[in-house]
Amino acid sequence: MRLDGKVALITGAANAVPGEMMGLGGATAWLFAREGASVVIADINQKEGQRSVAALREDGHNALFVKLDVSSEPGWQAVVKATVAEFGRLDVLVNNAGVGILATVEETTVELWDAHMDTHAKGAFLGSKHAIPHMRKQGGGSIVNISSIHGLTGSPTLAAYHAAKGAVRIFTKAAAIQYAKENIRVNSVHPGYVMTPMTEPGFSIPEVMKAVMSRIPLARLGTPDEIANAILYLASDESSYVTGSELVVDGGVIAQ
Amino acid sequence: MRLNNKVALITGAATGDRDGRKGIGGACAWLFAREGAKVIVTDINDTLGKQTVKQMQADNLDTVYLHLDVTREPDWTQAIKAVIAKHGRIDVLVNCGGDADGAAFPVEGTTRQAWDRMMDIHAKGPLLGMKHAIPHMQKQGGGSIVNVSSMHGIVGSFTVTAYQAAKGASRILSKAAAIQYAKDNIRVNSVHPGYTITPLTESMFTDPDIHDDRIREVPLGRMARAEEIANAILYLASDESSYVTGAELVVDGGVIAQ
Repeated sequence: MRLDGKVALITGAANAVPGEMMGLGGATAWLFAREGASVVIADINQKEGQRSVAALREDGHNALFVKLDVSSEPGWQAVVKATVAEFGRLDVLVNNAGVGILATVEETTVELWDAHMDTHAKGAFLGSKHAIPHMRKQGGGSIVNISSIHGLTGSPTLAAYHAAKGAVRIFTKAAAIQYAKENIRVNSVHPGYVMTPMTEPGFSIPEVMKAVMSRIPLARLGTPDEIANAILYLASDESSYVTGSELVVDGGVIAQ
Repeated sequence: MRLNNKVALITGAATGDRDGRKGIGGACAWLFAREGAKVIVTDINDTLGKQTVKQMQADNLDTVYLHLDVTREPDWTQAIKAVIAKHGRIDVLVNCGGDADGAAFPVEGTTRQAWDRMMDIHAKGPLLGMKHAIPHMQKQGGGSIVNVSSMHGIVGSFTVTAYQAAKGASRILSKAAAIQYAKDNIRVNSVHPGYTITPLTESMFTDPDIHDDRIREVPLGRMARAEEIANAILYLASDESSYVTGAELVVDGGVIAQ
């Protein structure tokens, strides 16, 4: 198993109930658990998170739910403390929690801007800040920050989301350089268009779907499992020489 | 197993001595075969290639050796023909064959011969490999091509001008092919290794001055093993990366993130 004995904390992973549509975090939680990891689901959605953890446990996996607003520093202190109390260590942190509201530059309110920056950029920052001391003590660790193709290129309908995902991308490289000497690797994953509970409302509008599909060389949406596989590679020891890198999983969109 | 029953052709794969230091292609051959692939080891070094295949076969791995100079189109035609004759398909092509011999010069010191040789091996080689593998992948309903570029195909350095230009060509060639054949479910990606200790680089990188000089650039504070690059190639070769195409995977210990 590719994550045997490792302890992984995944944010935004509440949608992990088999038989229901999963998000990237949920698919990652299941893949990690099947590869031998103990999984901590941290999410703002307590009800779904607890259902997901119950399903993981029922399937024989080690799992824990902790309620977390990723923009809250006391929240992060509590979730890292709970993780180490329950499983004794923290090997992998996946900063996946996200929000995405369509708004151009002019349409973006300061509140909307702050909400995106708080969830994506401050969330990844605070998670890293509080996980790194434990990883250092253990002799290493792997942090995977979920950015987006929208952290690499622009689009007509989003502003704050782009800026926040771009911040995640370069924050990743800064942390990678700063903690490489302690064998803590930090990388970003850049999904393209993927069907999840978050994107489903948008993709169910025919015009949106048509516009999106016309941009994808592979001519289909990605699945959460396909993103989870990329996160698994970066979380595992297979990527022991990969740090500060960005892995794009987008069906070819930004290679054009 | 992550490549169960897939047929994979790897160029520059002779450096796969079981007990010695492996090259990237050689490490790939072992890893792929252990993950269930039928591996075609190709190289211009027949002695070493045959030895690698013999050792792999002794471990009950499914592999054969074929002579292939990546710069020669007739070699590619023959190699692909032989693969199809034996296995009836080709699922994975890894364009790994390469070296930087005679290319360690800045722009002014770069000879036309060195330029042409680097371009032939690193850019024309992958082009020809793709050209002859793609028709079969189209018929089968898909395939995965991994071109081994370099971190020096993304950023510049003080030396190896022609090598860099050729690796840059390989990087963008991968994206062009990715876009052109995505509709056929043929994925094309590039891997960008940093400083890796292989039989090819060993003599240079174990020189204490060069070693220390290079290590200063590497945040992780060490050079890569070929197996670490092979793991990245495995991810891109396997169905785990089914939504990844036209992407570049940097495996450099953090060098170019600085």
